[in-house]
Amino acid sequence: MNVPHAPARPKYSAIVVVRSRGGLSLRFRRRALLVCAVLAVLGAALMVFSLGMGAYELGPADVVRTLFGDGPPGADFVVNELRMPRVLDGLLAGFAMGMSGAVFQSLSRNPLGSPDIIGFGSGASAGALVAIIVLEAGTVQTAVGAVAGGLATAFAVYLLAWQRGVHGYRLVLIGIGASAVLSSLTSYLFVRADIGKAAEAATWMIGSLNGRGWGDVRVAALGIVVLVPVVLGLGRRLSMLEMGDEAAAALGVAPERSRVWLLAAGTGLTAMAVAAAGPIPFVALAAPQLARRLTRSAGPNMLPAAWMGAVLVTAADWTAQRISGSAILPVGVVTGVAGGLYLAWLLLLERRSGRL
Amino acid sequence: MTAATTLAAAEAAPPPAAPGARRTVRTTGLLVGLALLAVAVLASISVGAKQIPLDQVWHGLFEATGTENDHIVRGLRLPRTAIGVAVGAALGLAGAVMQTLTRNPLADPGLLGVNAGASAAVVTSISLLGVTSFTGYLWFAFAGAGVAAVAVNALGGSRAATPVRLALAGTAVNAALFGYVNGLQLWDLSALETMRHWSIGTLAGRRGDLLLPALPFLVAGALLALALARPLNAMALGDDTARSLGAHLGRTRVLSIVAITLLCGAATAVCGPIGFIGLMIPHAVRAFCGPDTRWLFPYCAVFAPVLLLGSDIVGRVLVPPYEIEVGVVTAFLGGLLFIQLVRRRKVAHL
Repeated sequence: MNVPHAPARPKYSAIVVVRSRGGLSLRFRRRALLVCAVLAVLGAALMVFSLGMGAYELGPADVVRTLFGDGPPGADFVVNELRMPRVLDGLLAGFAMGMSGAVFQSLSRNPLGSPDIIGFGSGASAGALVAIIVLEAGTVQTAVGAVAGGLATAFAVYLLAWQRGVHGYRLVLIGIGASAVLSSLTSYLFVRADIGKAAEAATWMIGSLNGRGWGDVRVAALGIVVLVPVVLGLGRRLSMLEMGDEAAAALGVAPERSRVWLLAAGTGLTAMAVAAAGPIPFVALAAPQLARRLTRSAGPNMLPAAWMGAVLVTAADWTAQRISGSAILPVGVVTGVAGGLYLAWLLLLERRSGRL
Repeated sequence: MTAATTLAAAEAAPPPAAPGARRTVRTTGLLVGLALLAVAVLASISVGAKQIPLDQVWHGLFEATGTENDHIVRGLRLPRTAIGVAVGAALGLAGAVMQTLTRNPLADPGLLGVNAGASAAVVTSISLLGVTSFTGYLWFAFAGAGVAAVAVNALGGSRAATPVRLALAGTAVNAALFGYVNGLQLWDLSALETMRHWSIGTLAGRRGDLLLPALPFLVAGALLALALARPLNAMALGDDTARSLGAHLGRTRVLSIVAITLLCGAATAVCGPIGFIGLMIPHAVRAFCGPDTRWLFPYCAVFAPVLLLGSDIVGRVLVPPYEIEVGVVTAFLGGLLFIQLVRRRKVAHL
């Protein structure tokens, strides 16, 4: 039985603590919870709209009825079999990207230090491309390739950045260098591949949800089920690390060990998302920043960032399908352009407030 | 010798050598560079899908009689090589100016988004505005390069910019611009063939007639950069010292950005975005000529084409029936050097 703890001082009314009789307690911010709920509802609504869109148009009400099993005849197959994997895949991949973005930006202490910018995403892409082009792999092998590539890159970058501990800035810079090397290797693979596979790989590289099936959804879901609890469990350490290594150590957090675990978990999330949906750009960069502006709270804001990522990808895919009308335009193009606008906005903000 | 250059020279040479001896060493190095450049030019004309022996190269260059090899040499390899030399020198010089101006060892026109800006502007002009002539989109390239340079600087924190912030800002702007270029190419499939090389720079399939309209701008940019060597030398010592030595900070900054824009804009308009040449070359040649920009700039202009042509040749022979774009090869080498630089230096404190 849970008893909401009445806040003693009005100053802390934004934070709610729920305690169980067995001594367990859960502490959360009211505003962050509200943001998560609103984003989840928004994501669900976008999902319904996306499911209804295509050559066979369905209204939102029809989609909802179909989801519960009594829609118009024929709609069941279109909605639940044809469109559902694509939409779910985008939602889950966006969720994972948003959360890993929050982890990496917090670790690197820089709003631009997201996994797609500092090379961890390109490691996963390179691994997946090796699987597609060299090993002629299917969905599962591609996912394994992406995770292996991502983790190997993260490991290499970490080792290269290690000089009596790893500082955020060195991790970022070495990641950028590694990203250049990896993307040139990727281009080399492209040149060697035959034209059919090169075309497949090219669409994949931009980040596309076209033709995603239940296999991809399972990959993204597996990543989320396994890694999200790990990341959330490490979340408190992340907030301590944000205060600096010395402060974190004084508060009982082993900085280096925590960083390794967070890096591994964050890279895993990125890699699974990349395997499931391709390297959709800028989601991991923008989602945590937008979420932070909504929750107005310091710290990594991991869950709001994750929901924001899910909403961003779903909205971008919906937009892409709206614009092109035939679901050809990859979602990555939309997030790429939106990412450019977002950067311009950051620039304006920075000019006004004098910080970035 | 002005006080500035004496200071720079003193910093450059840990074992203080006699000025005359040092000058001899530096001049010899420059001559070695020119010799290497000549070798690279000959190799670039000779090596390729069809190997052409050196005597045939000579024949094609100076006593052409219209044989098949003569056509390959004069029609394909010579323009490609000439473009490589001009663009290489431009990118090397631009990188050296950027590194000196921002006092940032990781500055590079490719890394900091200047080339991507030019590329995005050119693609926009071709695809959305219907510009078809090279001279037409050259101006867009300049505009794009200039805007990107200013934007990255602002995003990187302007006066408070550190190498990390600038590198991150540049990478992010690069990613956004390449996303935009890729999107436009997918959008406008009919123009895909003409726009293909705007995401990765290449010397392949470049016609010599592209070089001629770009050449005046490249030469102007190079002369401006060389003329700025003296004030930039002073600025390398810090703003306050430079001011007290009589350098005009504002004027030098603006002219440096003009030089970078001319060099990178024209180079990108001809070849597409080629990164990392401007990062690698200044670091490589500084080991021989020291940080004095009056020597650094000519060294960069001579050695950068050697690197670009060398990378181009590697790209030609690596996967025999196909070619790898020179931008891919330079990114691979440059990425490795970048990691090495970060590991060696305390970059954040520079």
